Amino acid sequence: MASALLYDRLQFAFTATFHYLFPQLTMGLALLIVYLKSRALWTGDDHYRRVARFWIKIFAISFAFGVVTGIPLEFQFGTNWARFSNYAGGVIGQTLGMEGLFAFFLESSFLGILLFGEEKLGPRVHWVASVMLFLGSWLSGWLIIATNAWMQHPVAYRVAEDGTLHVTSLSGLFTNDWLLRQYPHNMAASVATGAFVMAAVGAYYRLSGIHDLYARTFLRTGLVAAALASFLLLFPTGHEAGKQVFTYQPATGAAFEGVFHNEKGAGMVLVGQPNMETLTIDNAITVPWVLSILVYQRAKAEVRGLDTFPRDTWPDNVPLLYYAYHIMIGLGTIFVAVTGVALLWLWRGKLFDCPWLLWVLMLSAPLPYIATTAGWMTAELGRQPWLVYGLLRTAEGASPLVSSGNALFTLIGFMGLYTLLGLLFLFLIFDTINKGPAASPQPRPAAGDR
Amino acid sequence: METLWFAIVALMLAIYVVLDGFDFGTGIVYLFVARTDAERRTVLQAIEPVWDGNEVWLIAGGGLLFMAFPRVYAAGFSGFYLALMLVLWLLILRGISLPLRSHLANPLWRTFWDWVFAGASLLLAIVLGAALGNLIRGVPLNAEGYFFAALWTDFLPGPAPGILDWYTVLMGLEGAALLTVHGANYLAMKTEGPVRDRARCVAALGQWTVAALTLASLLALPLVQPGLRSNYDAHPIGYGLLLLALGSLAGLFYWRRKQRDGASFLASSLLILGLLGSTAWGLYPNLLISTVHPTHSLTVSNAAASHEGLQWALGWFLAGFSLVLAYSVYVYRCFRGKIVLSEDERPGA
Repeated sequence: MASALLYDRLQFAFTATFHYLFPQLTMGLALLIVYLKSRALWTGDDHYRRVARFWIKIFAISFAFGVVTGIPLEFQFGTNWARFSNYAGGVIGQTLGMEGLFAFFLESSFLGILLFGEEKLGPRVHWVASVMLFLGSWLSGWLIIATNAWMQHPVAYRVAEDGTLHVTSLSGLFTNDWLLRQYPHNMAASVATGAFVMAAVGAYYRLSGIHDLYARTFLRTGLVAAALASFLLLFPTGHEAGKQVFTYQPATGAAFEGVFHNEKGAGMVLVGQPNMETLTIDNAITVPWVLSILVYQRAKAEVRGLDTFPRDTWPDNVPLLYYAYHIMIGLGTIFVAVTGVALLWLWRGKLFDCPWLLWVLMLSAPLPYIATTAGWMTAELGRQPWLVYGLLRTAEGASPLVSSGNALFTLIGFMGLYTLLGLLFLFLIFDTINKGPAASPQPRPAAGDR
Repeated sequence: METLWFAIVALMLAIYVVLDGFDFGTGIVYLFVARTDAERRTVLQAIEPVWDGNEVWLIAGGGLLFMAFPRVYAAGFSGFYLALMLVLWLLILRGISLPLRSHLANPLWRTFWDWVFAGASLLLAIVLGAALGNLIRGVPLNAEGYFFAALWTDFLPGPAPGILDWYTVLMGLEGAALLTVHGANYLAMKTEGPVRDRARCVAALGQWTVAALTLASLLALPLVQPGLRSNYDAHPIGYGLLLLALGSLAGLFYWRRKQRDGASFLASSLLILGLLGSTAWGLYPNLLISTVHPTHSLTVSNAAASHEGLQWALGWFLAGFSLVLAYSVYVYRCFRGKIVLSEDERPGA
């Protein structure tokens, strides 16, 4: 059964990571589409209508892939994590049930209208549909993060006689400190993904000398949004999300930073490899005091080391957690630098004729995806060895009767199918981008790119 | 409160089968009723704005099942592990086949995705029927409340049955036949010309299969799960649901003879609701029947979430459900009427 647990974990990690490539783009784009539609509605400018229509098409492709890869996630709570579902369903069933009823119907109903109803229903209804789609997708994010926040920091529950958990207050679930700090951070990351992709498509058009009019709008809109989102990612949302880990999961915080022993005036390790034999960071480049200042606002404050916690409560893969965390932080810093420089060039009117910067922007498109994936690895590996922090260990949550052979078989099946999905997605997206906004008149059912 | 949630979950899943059922059915008859590319695009237009929303009923129903009866969710989903993974993969392939198909005008590409779409739809319809068969027959739940069902064992519905046995296969065929007729009725209602004529032809032939298989599965019931009758004996009002189903079946034949497509679609919808409703009536209070020992069965009383949790959930469910009805009615109104391809859609993509 030990290997079944490993396959269960890998399968969930793989399917969740793959799934989240799509919603992070759609949630970010949903906000940008509302902006574009509003601008088109207020000014009556046909240019913005076409821009919005193009991004709705990109949204729809990503959404379709997000839906089909999302269904397995809800199912897998039951299929692979039956003991966890039985144990915690009395609490997280509430948030997951709400997600289906409130968010998914809102999204799917109004996406149909957004895609197929523009001519039929007029600009105002179409604008309303874009707002509803935005609300639906961000509400879905809220309810999923509420579920995850509860697993990270369980609140508002009681233990029944049979050992399972039951909810004691719905408002408690939605005022979970962890949720209030993680949601803004996650949504800022989504906007960063959407905005970086928009700017990258603009840079690609500009560098290729095609769809020039749209290139400028994409670059301008994408860049301003990306700069705002990147800044918000670091401060205040990233800072708050990091501090709460030190408050609620101190062992995890120590593992993030590679603090193996108690340190006064702890420095922040920029580069270095954790060595689990000697419990040190090899080849470390450290900035003194920064960690103490960030966590406790005092240069001399003591940061608790990992070795003060019992070994069986350490995150079970410290180096992986450490690397994921550092990749996230490193990329976040790069985002601020890149968007800062590009904004400056935009403001000076030089961006559109600066090939090297356009190249940088174009090639930056995958980076928010990597950062977001690393961020979720940070959160999920950081929660280990717990499935529900402090209450249920991951090993106790798996389905009792699903054998390792079956779990491995389905894991491989998912890997194969998702490789195919990934290739098809890239084909659809690149083809749509190449055709450009001008080539898409009214998207039509069955003939549109749905 | 637990009983109410049993009814709510059953209702959500029944609505799911009626709604996603017609687009599964559309997929099954798709290759036959629509021959040319223009016809195929007409058929796809009939379901494209709504199928995604239809599928949400499954996700929402599953979410509510998880909330209200976590033990059933845990036991059922892990027990039907292999079958559910198959369902997931089919749903994925079916879901992406539509946007992919319309993206390229290449005829081979389109034919390939047409077959993926039709094949996945047919298999899903069979699986839905077989799933219902499994719920009626029961599963080998152990004392802790878990099981793991093999895909098949000896094809007999005994104490250690597989997911497929003669009864669940029968139910799978019943599901496929019923959804075929249901989808054909929907298309007959939504299209004109040769597509409508072929859809009517499928519906007219298919209804005999449906009648035969419905009768067969009803007759087989006492052999497989005699306990289902006890609720009917105790509360004969439940026969009303069965009458609704049989009445709808008669209506199906009557309106098909009159070629009233809208009424036929209503009849096949009510037939599905009637059959699922009478099954739920018979199963209550069981959610998952154990074939090993009756005391291992998961029921509304031993599998439900806490009382106050269910009470709060009822509050948000009623609010959410009203919203969902409002959107659904709005969307179906927006896209009502027969599908007619506009001029610029006729040639190529």
